[in-house]
Amino acid sequence: MSTVRVLVGTRKGAFILTSDGKREQWNVSGPFFGGWEIYHLKGSPADPDRLYASQSTGWFGQLIQRSDDGGKTWRPVDNKFVYDGVSGTHQWYDGTPHPWEFKRVWHLEPSLTDPDTVYAGVEDAALFRSTDGGQTWQELAGLRGHGSGPHWQPGGGGMCLHTILLDPANPGRIFIAISSAGAFRTDDGGESWRPINRGLKSQHIPDPSAEVGHCVHHIAMHPSRPGVLFMQKHWDVMRSDDAGESWQEVSGNLPTDFGFAIDVHAHQPETIYVVPIKSDSEHYPPDGKLRVYRSRTGGNEWEALTKGLPQHDCYVNVLRDAMAVDSLDACGIYFGTTGGQVYGSSNAGDSWTPLVRDLPAVLSVEVQTLS
Amino acid sequence: MIRVLLPAHLRTLAQVNGEVKLEVESPVTQRSVLDALEASYPMLRGTIRDHVTHQRRPFLRFFACAEDLSHELPDAPLPDAVVTEAEPFLVIAAVAGG
Repeated sequence: MSTVRVLVGTRKGAFILTSDGKREQWNVSGPFFGGWEIYHLKGSPADPDRLYASQSTGWFGQLIQRSDDGGKTWRPVDNKFVYDGVSGTHQWYDGTPHPWEFKRVWHLEPSLTDPDTVYAGVEDAALFRSTDGGQTWQELAGLRGHGSGPHWQPGGGGMCLHTILLDPANPGRIFIAISSAGAFRTDDGGESWRPINRGLKSQHIPDPSAEVGHCVHHIAMHPSRPGVLFMQKHWDVMRSDDAGESWQEVSGNLPTDFGFAIDVHAHQPETIYVVPIKSDSEHYPPDGKLRVYRSRTGGNEWEALTKGLPQHDCYVNVLRDAMAVDSLDACGIYFGTTGGQVYGSSNAGDSWTPLVRDLPAVLSVEVQTLS
Repeated sequence: MIRVLLPAHLRTLAQVNGEVKLEVESPVTQRSVLDALEASYPMLRGTIRDHVTHQRRPFLRFFACAEDLSHELPDAPLPDAVVTEAEPFLVIAAVAGG
């Protein structure tokens, strides 16, 4: 029987939740790296026992941990993230030039084919890659160097590269997103990059349709259709049908189109999920009701999914990397909250149950479906 | 031998209990102690001082003999009591976080 492993990063450590394919009983192990912020942990699609975790604190900086046995044991690998060449400047919040300074790793994206290759999205925004299982890291400097880097500005959470999508049909193509610069694409394995933000509109920048400066919160893709992208922007839910060349708004009837998380059903590429959040200054659900919204039409037409979720007095947030899906036949959806709950649905969102209720604030959720 | 006391999280990371004892060649300085510490415990690289600049991380301090040595030059000799093992060299994490 299949096993599902949910990897949860929190403000005070990592947790691993496991269940059989019924997804009714969950075993919680952890905390791993107790007391440290775990922004993200993720398993290799090529070797599910190979996991990578980003571990950091303000006191001791950044560590990268690696497991070769599915999270039972871990060991630190290299934590030296040094920008390539002259690091240069980006814009600070007040518009003045500010030197690039490494702060932390937000997202780790293992290669689809090689367990030893993993990408790291970092703050201040840059993309690094290791091809030796995390023993060394090199910046893919073409991203910061393509021209617009000096105009990038941090969002409220910092200038973070938080989304990395590897195209399963085209090994050279990678999509990334940065708050608050926008989305970018390479077609040559990371050598050269260009912004892909046409169609985005952001009222908080002088030119709402500028080439860069958009606060993209997250992007999701279905592996069978890598040219179709879904984006939760600071405000607006967007979609692209041409690999980011252009974007159209698909917020439709959402109660608010602000939010962080977005994901795609494992077997239905037009079924997508978001968690609307009231506003950019009120990071909690509207009306105290935690509702996942599902669209079966790739956007525009949305239905609220509420069964099993708190429908009064709920004021948690769901962060950008805190939603994931499994690939079992009845697709499982999972998300974590800043209140420490991890909710799961084993029926594509029709109903939800808490897998665990009282973890530290959840920063990330990833899922592995193991046979 | 030089006695070094690390904060709890770094002891966990280095998989040590209590003080660390290090062989450090003379002159014994902050730099030579940290060099020896990182050579013996590579997982600590980058957690006490920056990989490249070797600047102390902002929320850490170095104490010894009831003195704050954090702002001493890295190549300044450490007190004799540290060199003779009478006193440990302390890496202190700031009390912060509310």
